[in-house]
Amino acid sequence: MSYTENDLAEDLQNQEYKYGFVTNLDSETVPKGLSEDTIRLISAKKEEPEWLLDYRLKAYEIWLQMTEPTWAHVHYEKPDFQDIIYYSAVKQKKYESWDDVEPEMKETMKKLGISMDEQKVLTGTNVAVDFVMDSVSVATSFKEKLSELGIIFCSFSEAVKTHPELIKKYMGTVVPTSDNFYAALNSAVFTDGSFCYIPKGVRCPMELSTYFRINEKGTGQFERTLVVADKGSYVSYLEGCTAPMRDENQLHAAVVELIALDDAEIKYSTVQNWYPGDKNGLGGIFNFVTKRGVCEKNAKISWTQVETGSAVTWKYPSCILKGDNSVGEFYSVAVTNHFQQADTGTKMIHLGKNTKSTIISKGVSGGKSNNSYRGLVQIHKNATNARNFSQCDSLLMSDECGAHTFPYIECKNSSSKIEHEATTSKIGEDQIFYCQQRGISSEKAISLIVNGYCKEVLNQLPMEFAVEAQKLLAISLEGSVG
Amino acid sequence: MITIKNLHASIDGKEILKGLNLEVKPGEVHAIMGPNGAGKSTLASVLAGREEYEITEGTVDFDGKDLLDLKTEDRAREGLFLAFQYPIEIPGVSNINFLRAALNEIREYRGEEPISAKDFLILVREKSAIVELDPKLASRSVNEGFSGGEKKRNEIFQMAMLNPKLAILDETDSGLDIDALRIVANGVNKLKSKDNATIVITHYQRLLDYIIPDFVHVLYDGKIVKTGTKELALDLEERGYDWIKEEMSL
Amino acid sequence: MSEIINAPVFKKVELILKNEFEGVLSEELKTKSSSILDGIQMPTTRTEAWKYTRLGKINNKKFTVRKGDVSDISSFIITKDVYTLVFVNGFLNSTLSSGTLPEGIICQSINEANSDSTFTKYIGQNLRLEEEVFNSLNTLNSADGVFIHIGSKVILDKPLQILHILSETNTISNLRNLIVCEKNSEAKIIQGYFSENATDSFTNVVTEVFVEENAHLTIDKIQYENDSCYHVATEQVQQEKNSTFTINTVTLNGAIVRNNLNIEVVGQNCLTNLNGTYLLKGNQHVDNHTIVDHKAPNCESHELYKGVVNDQSTAVFNGKVFVRKDAQKINAFQSNANVLLSDESTVNSKPELEIYADDVKCSHGSTTGQLDEEAVFYLRARGLSEKSARKLMIGAFVNDVLKKIENEEVKTFIFEILHQRFDWELSN
Repeated sequence: MSYTENDLAEDLQNQEYKYGFVTNLDSETVPKGLSEDTIRLISAKKEEPEWLLDYRLKAYEIWLQMTEPTWAHVHYEKPDFQDIIYYSAVKQKKYESWDDVEPEMKETMKKLGISMDEQKVLTGTNVAVDFVMDSVSVATSFKEKLSELGIIFCSFSEAVKTHPELIKKYMGTVVPTSDNFYAALNSAVFTDGSFCYIPKGVRCPMELSTYFRINEKGTGQFERTLVVADKGSYVSYLEGCTAPMRDENQLHAAVVELIALDDAEIKYSTVQNWYPGDKNGLGGIFNFVTKRGVCEKNAKISWTQVETGSAVTWKYPSCILKGDNSVGEFYSVAVTNHFQQADTGTKMIHLGKNTKSTIISKGVSGGKSNNSYRGLVQIHKNATNARNFSQCDSLLMSDECGAHTFPYIECKNSSSKIEHEATTSKIGEDQIFYCQQRGISSEKAISLIVNGYCKEVLNQLPMEFAVEAQKLLAISLEGSVG
Repeated sequence: MITIKNLHASIDGKEILKGLNLEVKPGEVHAIMGPNGAGKSTLASVLAGREEYEITEGTVDFDGKDLLDLKTEDRAREGLFLAFQYPIEIPGVSNINFLRAALNEIREYRGEEPISAKDFLILVREKSAIVELDPKLASRSVNEGFSGGEKKRNEIFQMAMLNPKLAILDETDSGLDIDALRIVANGVNKLKSKDNATIVITHYQRLLDYIIPDFVHVLYDGKIVKTGTKELALDLEERGYDWIKEEMSL
Repeated sequence: MSEIINAPVFKKVELILKNEFEGVLSEELKTKSSSILDGIQMPTTRTEAWKYTRLGKINNKKFTVRKGDVSDISSFIITKDVYTLVFVNGFLNSTLSSGTLPEGIICQSINEANSDSTFTKYIGQNLRLEEEVFNSLNTLNSADGVFIHIGSKVILDKPLQILHILSETNTISNLRNLIVCEKNSEAKIIQGYFSENATDSFTNVVTEVFVEENAHLTIDKIQYENDSCYHVATEQVQQEKNSTFTINTVTLNGAIVRNNLNIEVVGQNCLTNLNGTYLLKGNQHVDNHTIVDHKAPNCESHELYKGVVNDQSTAVFNGKVFVRKDAQKINAFQSNANVLLSDESTVNSKPELEIYADDVKCSHGSTTGQLDEEAVFYLRARGLSEKSARKLMIGAFVNDVLKKIENEEVKTFIFEILHQRFDWELSN
């Protein structure tokens, strides 16, 4: 029998944010603040080619012209962009092999539940991991095994050096620099991230995973992920995020670009557990992320996300369904508690014929939090026979929280069909009572019911992540009922 | 086992139970019958601890503990089981995970170790046979998409799994065809022992052909107005409740 | 026609070229509106509330406030044998009006109402001037409109019919209405908006409605100005406890039509029904914006909007339901369905829920698509031509909304227009 909700509940006894520790490592940081010089410094530290520096500087110029977006249903104090450290790297010799990694770092990974030990593959964990701490990628596992199949999976900086032609060809094609304020900022200052390329016709045999970790105080994290699935290939990609508990707000502004060429499929799963701040709303990560994928003919991109962390989240993983018969999917669970604010959803842009999209969004709000779904379904004139189905449900756990639904539906084609449904309701008291009558405490009953409510989304996650996600849901909901 | 004295309970300011007395000893089966609105389901809800009901007077002693002082889940952990008249659906939560959570919380309350996955599965197989429940239902979401009969059998299956001291069956027979009724009743009978007790709340005498009660009580207007043996149930079936009303008004 | 003098000059919103009529609302309201107009521009599609509606066509024109005359109103009479008030270009025309109202009801020009204590108490009370340029424009310039006061316990025996006719070119009507339904009263109001020989004219109407405790008000509204006319309507409604408010909006023509329905439910145990249908062709653009703001517990609201969009026309629906903190036990349902009949047509739908209470049941649904081809096939298999099968299907689709209108004469009037305009055959 697999891991049950019950095992889960045991694991959780009064557990709070367990990733809130800090690793003591010497790190090298550039001085706070943002200017052309900072960007030059980052680029120099990373020994980047000229074209990339130019790309950054151009982005910086664009960013200077832009203003912070205000349309999301969130309120926060605007970050002071001069008070952020834009580059922080663990002082390191180059890690030539796993053995070179400092024990403190290994300990950190262990605490985070990341296995870099390739031997472990025999015991069941079949995931290749790229670990990014603060600004740089620390280690990537299974590289050799993957390269036998022609799969490239490495840190973004490494890819810049080893596969510049691919980076040049695809970077910024899905999320242009000028897309939005935070995408522009990221394009100027991004430090590292992951790159992945799956060659034609290859089915990636294992889950590829990037684990993001903010460690250093006062830093921002600006990573970039680029996944290219060439014709007829398949990849499942996982992303996890944590940060220490600090009473300051730290900024995370990432850009993720997915490119699924003809007949390719990308499954992108995120378990986002950035530090959400304490129960009085102090501290926590500002998570302002731009994620978007483009589908060519017959391609498919599926986003699955479980979001429990961050003080403020602003994120809309989207699909541009450019090719005929392409498919976009978005499965999301967003849990907010205490003073968290989330404004998340998706955009499905139907350009090609017979394109299909599915949106399943489950919001759970507790405490004094605010949780909004914001989504756009756009059917262009030539998207003959396009189909969309959206289901957005909100579950309310306390009388001080807010749950909001803002769908935008735009249709310019008469042969297409769009269906959107949304419900908002309170967690069922009769269900809680039923559980209690069977001896289950109300906290645990809520955890059970919420997990059940989110099942449709959790089922989309790979096994290891599903367990992690279940645990997270339960932790996040502690003390949510008011 | 349980001693209810002068129990008064109301909902939204309206008094439903008006001084109810009842004593159930280990090994006994008590049937409570009565016309609609007499307070039968209210009694079940009050004993299980539904918060909408306000207890205005009276005491309930459950094996030496003040039942009314316990939280709903602690009542369950002390061994009180309610088979619901309308079992609720919990989408996405599998029956089996639900029961394992329940069983382990009860064990923890009693200071016992959690049950191992293997023992749990053995228990599930054994107990689901008692109510002829399709094992496939165990992995489905709690009561979701179950037929009326399956829901009721699932209630008895849960009862078998949790092995309570006192089971209260709230109209468990309503809506069941004769085959389902027989299965449910057989299940209850198999679970009967000298240490546990059952309160059967029902509308129809029919159930009592299968679950033979030691006592039959008539609940009318919030009180138990008549107590007898299983013959009383037959009398009620034949003559209705009017004669009781008449007897009372005399 | 009287002679025309120079209009007040606005810095930014300069829609009115000539206005010989002094606005009749209080100086306080007018001054406030004037200063707002000085400070704002016409909304653009960057303004969230106007995201899908461009106002360039209106903003590029200059309009004149003028009285007008209509010789024959027989084709505009929606229902006979009721109390009828007729406004031309936003001014009451008493000769065209008919019917003597029973006791307990005031129904007069706002020109005559300035000394009425109820009028002065309620007018402008809830209207948000800052957020909506057209509200300020109306408040500053409005020279006429109707004040309806249904006294306590008065049950209006027959509906009140208010007809508004636009005439002449580039005319603007800033009709301003106030409807107060006192405790335990009941009334039904029918509103019709028409045009005669009017081109490029503009109706900018504001209606403020107060439905007091246990009062019941129904408004049936038909918008049928011609396809060169613009229409912006704002209904600002406040509901007190145990009251019912129903509005059925039927939009049959107009170049740009924008309806703002703002319902504030401040008392408990209220029922709110918003129904609407829009049937577009040519280059029409119709935008329905509704807000139901539940500020008190134990209320229910139902909203159903359905539209059929043809040719190059565009339909916009934006429905918002607010459930405020502590407004528990709210049931709010909202549904928007659209049929696109052409590849040049566009539908933008934005149903929104903003909820701050926990014990609620709220849902919304939006569908956009085409007629059910299976059903069309089924009908053809039973011998109907494809054309009549489609007409039948559209009729059924729209009738879901029209059947909410209780007044048979109003429905017949609408069916007649649908027949003329679209060749649809609908019947009760």
